[in-house]
Formats: sequence, structure tokens, C-alpha cells
Amino acid sequence: MSVEHASAGIINGYARGDMDMAADEVWALEAHLEACRHCRDRLSAATMTHTPSVAHTPGAAGTPGAAETTSVAGTPNLTGTPSVAALVDRVWADLAPQLAATAPPRHRLLWPASLSRRLSRWLTPTMLPWLGTLVSVTLLALLLDLFGPGYGYSLGAGTGTGAEAGTEIGAGSGSGAQVSFLLLLAPILPVFGVAASWSRGLDPAYELTASAPRAGLHLVLRRTASVLAVVVPVLLVGGWATGVTAGLWLLPCLAFTSTALALGSVIGVSRAAVALVSVWAAVILAPAVATSRVPSALRLDGAPVWGLILALGIGVVWARRSAYSVLGTHR
Amino acid sequence: MTSTVNAADLAPTTYAWEIRATGLKVRAGRKRMAVDGLDLSLGTGVHGLLGPNGAGKTTLIRALATVLRPAEGTLELLGESTGTMGEHRALRRRIGYLPQEFGYYKRFTVREFVEYMAWLKEVPKADIPGAVQRAVERVGLADRADDRMKSLSGGMVRRVGIAQAIVNDPSILLLDEPTVGLDPAQRLRFRELLQELATDACVVVSTHLVEDVAAACTDVVLFAEGRLVFQGPPDELASVGGPEHPGDSPLERGYSAMLLGSGQGKASW
Repeated sequence: MSVEHASAGIINGYARGDMDMAADEVWALEAHLEACRHCRDRLSAATMTHTPSVAHTPGAAGTPGAAETTSVAGTPNLTGTPSVAALVDRVWADLAPQLAATAPPRHRLLWPASLSRRLSRWLTPTMLPWLGTLVSVTLLALLLDLFGPGYGYSLGAGTGTGAEAGTEIGAGSGSGAQVSFLLLLAPILPVFGVAASWSRGLDPAYELTASAPRAGLHLVLRRTASVLAVVVPVLLVGGWATGVTAGLWLLPCLAFTSTALALGSVIGVSRAAVALVSVWAAVILAPAVATSRVPSALRLDGAPVWGLILALGIGVVWARRSAYSVLGTHR
Repeated sequence: MTSTVNAADLAPTTYAWEIRATGLKVRAGRKRMAVDGLDLSLGTGVHGLLGPNGAGKTTLIRALATVLRPAEGTLELLGESTGTMGEHRALRRRIGYLPQEFGYYKRFTVREFVEYMAWLKEVPKADIPGAVQRAVERVGLADRADDRMKSLSGGMVRRVGIAQAIVNDPSILLLDEPTVGLDPAQRLRFRELLQELATDACVVVSTHLVEDVAAACTDVVLFAEGRLVFQGPPDELASVGGPEHPGDSPLERGYSAMLLGSGQGKASW
């Protein structure tokens, strides 16, 4: 910051409340005081010392206006500082009861303001209940898999790499065992979250958000990432518990997310989510439940197709990224 | 000491009008042209955007806020054309916008919400607390700053909306029906605030209340069926109306006269 500090003469004159100080000098000093802690301390010291000897300032030369100030400071002004101090004390005495009456800011222990502030950069507050619902649905699917009629479908301990999982899945699907709900739900769960993050019905501040400079693809991706950051770990834990490997659902999950965003940039995110979930229910979910077989799309040989869809989705999202900064995508 | 004036503040403006539209057409929904061939130039001052319901005021304001893209014609804001694809980030940092339906998060406190909006508007991090406090004080909500939004009355929520619109010290301020829900005293205070803001910004206030325009606006933009019917000072609009035109004040009579002249205003509603 500044290397030059206000002269002692100016500061003492200011502390005494000298009426003879030039207006531009007062102005410059106040501007300097706002930014300079050192000079504020000196000012506070000057108001504390009530002796008129402080007013005598030999070291004030060097700064413009110092000579003038020194002459002002040299004039005996015995009533100056004490009267200012008395005024401050009186104002303080008047204010104290009001300050005491003002309620101190409430400390929110469970949900501190700083956390809420940081979280709002990633999620809208209205997304939290949605994420809660998604986690509950995942847990419900997990419970059904573990204790429901579907139990018994095991693909082995799902901690292996893709190649390892491949052999296990081959064995699993060959046995014709029942299908895992977790596996069936996993790909579409984040789609709900994406819809919640960028839709008119679920985000009351959608129009304000859309008009902000930060609106656009990177804000959508930020929110999508936070949805995935919640959903994917829960699915991973669930998959580990039921033995469904991540290799089976992770790629469809990401492919659906990117398709939701890509389609969303054309027809609006909530409509895209509804469309994708309907397609999923009709093409994969219903036949799988009806026949109790793992749909071929969710076997490991489906991976290249999902990879292709993912890549296409990302490409479309990138090509249409400017669509996210206007109102249409909130539909 | 830090300098509070930077090069960008001192640079001369490179545009004649803050808002300049030529042959502007904007779609509302799929088919309807809500703004249909508008030519408009607006500089600093308070501009009252007046017109019957369904005249296309909200669509125009949305286009000015860059959340709707023009279908045809050109729209230049602060010298930057908005017809091109792109996010207009630098431009949007200098726009303040209060939508007609001001949606907010009930769980946020006033301060948290305005802070959140300041973050969305890319106000530099170090300036956010000060800018938020200033905006909240200007709308007279300093004593409720740490209350949750859900505890506020309708008028207060509207004032939070104004606070978030001015938090980034915009050069273009767009307010869509800002006086809805404000009581008469608050309206007076709001008009003062508008005039204060308009000394160095282009303020566009959409309203259907003629008295708001009479009291606060330097300029009236009368708008019907997506087209410009009249633009000029309120006095000029008032002088158009005669005793034969419906209305309780000269300005209302002028308003009716203008709409009649443009083939509007025959319908009772």
C-alpha cells in the first residue's frame, strides 16, 4: 500500500477537530485513513493523549501542507481533544442501549452461513430435497435387491476392473438370475438431478439465473457435477453391497446425463428429462421387470454403444453451449 | 491507498445509446411475434415502458436482458450486438434485471440471496460484502438483512428484487413491473431511488401504472402490439390527450389518445 503516511501535524489537527484544516486536506486524510491501519492507530493514539503538547509537531515537514498544519497545530487549543473525546463518549452512551437491544446475529450451528454460501455455488437450495429423494430411491432399490425377491442375482464381488467384471457378468447373465433394481435405476437417477438443477418448475430463480453472466454451460455442468458427486458414490456403495460392478452402470449413467443435457439444449432440460426417463422405462425397465432378465443394453458388451452415446452427447452439448444462457433450456 | 477509479471508468464510451434497437423482432413462444419491428434508442435516464397488457413489454425486457434472442433486426446494448450467439458475459455484468415473476429461495436470508446474485453476476469476490450491504441499504432493508426471505412481506420481497438488480452497479437497469406490491410510501422512495440511479445509468421500467411514469420517468416509451407508438417526455404525451379521451389525468388521456390513434384501446379490457 502507501509508503507515505500522514504527518503527525495533520493527524493531531484532525483529532482535535480543527476547523482551520483545508477541506481537501481533510478529504485526503480520511481517504488515507480508510486504507492505512498504521495511521488509524496513530489517530487513535492522538485522541487518547489529551495533553496540548502533542499539538506541537516538529517532524511534520516533507508532506505538502505540512507547514500550514504545523502553524495551526502550534496555536494553543487546550479544549480540542477532550471535547472530541467527550462528544464520542456521549454519543457512545446514547447508542449503547440501542446496540444492546439489537439482537446479535444468530449462529446457525448445524448450517452455518459460510457453508450455505459455498454450497449455493454448486447447488440451488431447491435441489437439496431432490438429491435427498434420489439417495432414498437408491437406498430403496438397494434394500429390494438385498432382501426382496430379486435377491440372488449376484455378479460376484464388484470391485474388479472392467475385464474382470466382464467374465463375471457373462457368468451372471448366463445363469438367468433375477435382475438388480439398482442396476436398472442407476442410469436414470442423475437425469432427475440434472432436471432439478436447470428447470423452470423446480428452480424459482431460473429467470434471474439465466440472465446472469455466470449462466450458461459451465453453471449447468457445475450443478450436474454436484448431482453426480452425490449420486455416484451412493451407487458405488450400493453396487459394492449387492455385487453390481460400476463397469455395468457407470457408462450408461454418464451417457444418460450427457444426453439429457444435449437434448435439453434443444427442447429444454425438464422436457428432455421426462423424454429420456419415458424411453428408459419403456425400452429397458418394463421388459426387464417383465422377463426378469438383465437387458442386453446393460451387459458389458453394451459398453461401446454407451460410450458412443456419451461422446455424441458431449459433442452436442459443446456445440450448443450458448443455448444454456437463454430462457429456452429451462423448459 | 487503492485507486477507486480504473482505466475502464475513465475510458470514453464507444456508443451513442445504451440501448439501440432497429427493426427488432422477438418471439414469445413458438409463433407469436411479441415485439414486431421495433426501432428504439434509449440513453441515460428513467424510461417508462408503458403499454396495455399483452403489448410485449415483458418480451422486450427479456430481450434487453439477453435471455431471449432477437428473431430479426439488431439490438445493440452498450455498443455490443446481442444478435450473435455467445454468452455475452462482459455485457451481462453491466446489466441489472428484475423479472416480472421474481423467484427466490425461501431459505436464504436477504443478505445470502443478494450475495448469491452478486456471485452469479461475477462481482469481484472482495467487493461482494460491500456491494451487497450498499444495495440492501438503498432499498431500505438493512434492518431485515439477516432475516429469511420467507419471513418477508410481498413489498419487501420486491425490494430484495430491486436490491439484487442494482448490486452490480449496472449501466442498464431493467425493471419489469417493479412497483407491484409496494405501498404508496415505498413507491415514493422507489421513484427517488430510480432518479438517483438514472444519473449515470439507463433505467427501463416496465409498468402499466401511468402515475408511476408521470412521477419518475424522464421519458415515456409507449408500446402496443409489439410496436413503438410514442416516445418522448411525459409532458408531450399528456399534451396529446383532449377532454374527449378517457382518463383521470392528462397523462392518462394522452395515453388513451395515443392508443386510439394506433388502432388500440377499443377493447374494454
